[in-house]
Amino acid sequence: MLPSEVKSRPVYHGLEPDLFASNNIVVCDRAGAVGVNEMLAKTGAEFAARTTVLLSTDEYPDAQAVELDVARFQPARVIALPNGDAVAAALGERLFRAQMGTRIYAAGAEPLIGLAVQRAMRFGIDHLSVRTEHRGSLKRRVQCVHCKTLIENVTASPVKCTGCGQELAVRDHYSRRYAAFIGVRIDAEVPGEIPEQVPFQ
Amino acid sequence: MTASASRRVRVAEVESIADGIKRFRLVDLAGGPLPSFSAGSHVIVTMHDGNGHTFKNAYSLTSAPEDTSGYEIGVLHTVDSRGGSQFMHERVSPGSELQISDPVNLFPVVRTGRKHILIAGGIGITPFHAMLQELAARGDEFELHYGVRSLARGAFCDELAEKYGARIKIYREDKGERIPLEQILRGQPLGTHMYVCGPSPMIEWALGVGRAAGWPVESLHSEKFTAPLPGNAFTIKLARSGRDILVGAQQSILEALEQNGIDPPYLCRGGACGQCETRVVACSSKLLHNDDYLTAEEKASGQKVMICVSRAAGGVLTLDL
Repeated sequence: MLPSEVKSRPVYHGLEPDLFASNNIVVCDRAGAVGVNEMLAKTGAEFAARTTVLLSTDEYPDAQAVELDVARFQPARVIALPNGDAVAAALGERLFRAQMGTRIYAAGAEPLIGLAVQRAMRFGIDHLSVRTEHRGSLKRRVQCVHCKTLIENVTASPVKCTGCGQELAVRDHYSRRYAAFIGVRIDAEVPGEIPEQVPFQ
Repeated sequence: MTASASRRVRVAEVESIADGIKRFRLVDLAGGPLPSFSAGSHVIVTMHDGNGHTFKNAYSLTSAPEDTSGYEIGVLHTVDSRGGSQFMHERVSPGSELQISDPVNLFPVVRTGRKHILIAGGIGITPFHAMLQELAARGDEFELHYGVRSLARGAFCDELAEKYGARIKIYREDKGERIPLEQILRGQPLGTHMYVCGPSPMIEWALGVGRAAGWPVESLHSEKFTAPLPGNAFTIKLARSGRDILVGAQQSILEALEQNGIDPPYLCRGGACGQCETRVVACSSKLLHNDDYLTAEEKASGQKVMICVSRAAGGVLTLDL
C-alpha cells in the first residue's frame, strides 16, 4: 500500500499489542493470520489465552489449510467464519456485550479491516483504537457515488460499476462509515474517453 | 494574529457559589446574542488593571450551550495567583466591562460514545457543568464523580445533586473520601469515554488508572490549563525581524511579545492546544518545557517551544518569529 496525499486514506500502523487490555478480539483473514501469529508469538501464552480470533476463511484453499492455521493460534480461541461479512456480524455480537478493557485488532486485506473498524465505531470506539495491519491483497471495496452500489474485490482503476455500469475512477478518498473507497465516473467530461486500467500499488 | 475574534462584554451578575469561587455572567454590550458554543468550550478573558497590566486567562463556559443570551464562567481565587483570578475576584463587579475571545472547544463530548464518565477535582468541575447539560439534553448515559475539599469549597454541589440525582457522586476530602476510580472504570460497557479535569496530579493519576484498566488512550480525555510558571528573566531574539525582547521573571514569552506589540497566534494560553507552537532557532541556555502538547521526543529535540507556558532557563533564546 502506497502512502497517499489524500487525508482520508487509512493508515495501518501494525499490530502493536496492548498489554493492559483484559481481553482481545482479533479479526483476520489468511494473509492477516501470519501477522497475528507473529504478535501472539511475541506476547506469549497469557495474552493468547485472553484472545478470541475471528478468522475469515474465504482465501483458504481447503478445510485442512484452515485447521492448520486454527491450530497455530492456540491457546487463543478461534472462530472460523466463511467470509468478511460473517466476521463483521460475529464481531458486532461480541462488541454488543463487551466491556471497556477489550482491545480490537484487525489484520489482512483492506475491506476486512474496514468492516472491523466500521463495527467498532458503531459501538463508540474511536477508529484509532483499533490496531490494524494491512497484509495480502490490495483489493478495495468501492462505493459508486452515483448509484451507491458497493463493489467488492476491486483491484484496479477505473472499474465498471456493477450497479449503474459507469466507469469509475477509484479515489484514495475513503469513508470509514461505509468502509469503502469512493468511485467517481471517470468519463464525465468526455463521454467514452476511458483510460487504461491501472492495478493498485 | 489570533485565531478567534474578540468582543467586549458586560458583567451582568456576580455570585459567590462556594468559598473562593465566584460565578460571573457575561452579556453582549449591546444586548445581542453571543455565538453559540459546544459544551467543554472555554473563552480567553482579557483584563486590563489600569496600571498597564494585562491578564489573559482561559475559563470554561459553565452555562447551557444553547443559551446565547450570555455566558457564565466560574473563577477560583487562587492564592499564588499571577493576578488574573485575583483581579476577577477583587475588581470585577456587575457593570464591569471585559474582553473575551470567541469560544474554543478543546474538550468536547464524544458524540458517538455510548456512555460518559466525568471525573472532576475542585474547580475542574467548570467544563462539566456545561457538559452535563448537553449530555442530559441528548439523553446520553453519564455519571459524574466529583472530588471536593469540603462541601463549602465545592461549586455547584447542591445544584448538581438536585438536578441529576444518583448520577452525581461527591467525594469529600475533609471526610477522607477519595474517588474510587479503579472500581468506577470496572465493567463499563464498550464505547464508554472518560473525561477528567482538575489539578495536574489528579489528571495524570486518572489517565494512568484508565490505561492500566486497558482503556484505549482515545477513550480517555482531559483538560488542564497550565498557568505559565515564573522563572529567570531571559532575552528572546526574533530571527526574522532581528528584535530583542526581554521576558520578565513573572512573564511568559507570549505575554512579553504582546507587550511589545507583537501578536503571535494562540488559543488556550495553557499549553494544551498547540496553536502557539514556535520554531526554536537557537537557545544559549536550556529550554524549560511546561506544556502538555509536545511529545517527549519533541521536547528533547529542542526545536519547538510552546510560547504560552514554556521558557528558557536564562540567556538568549532565538525564535523563528
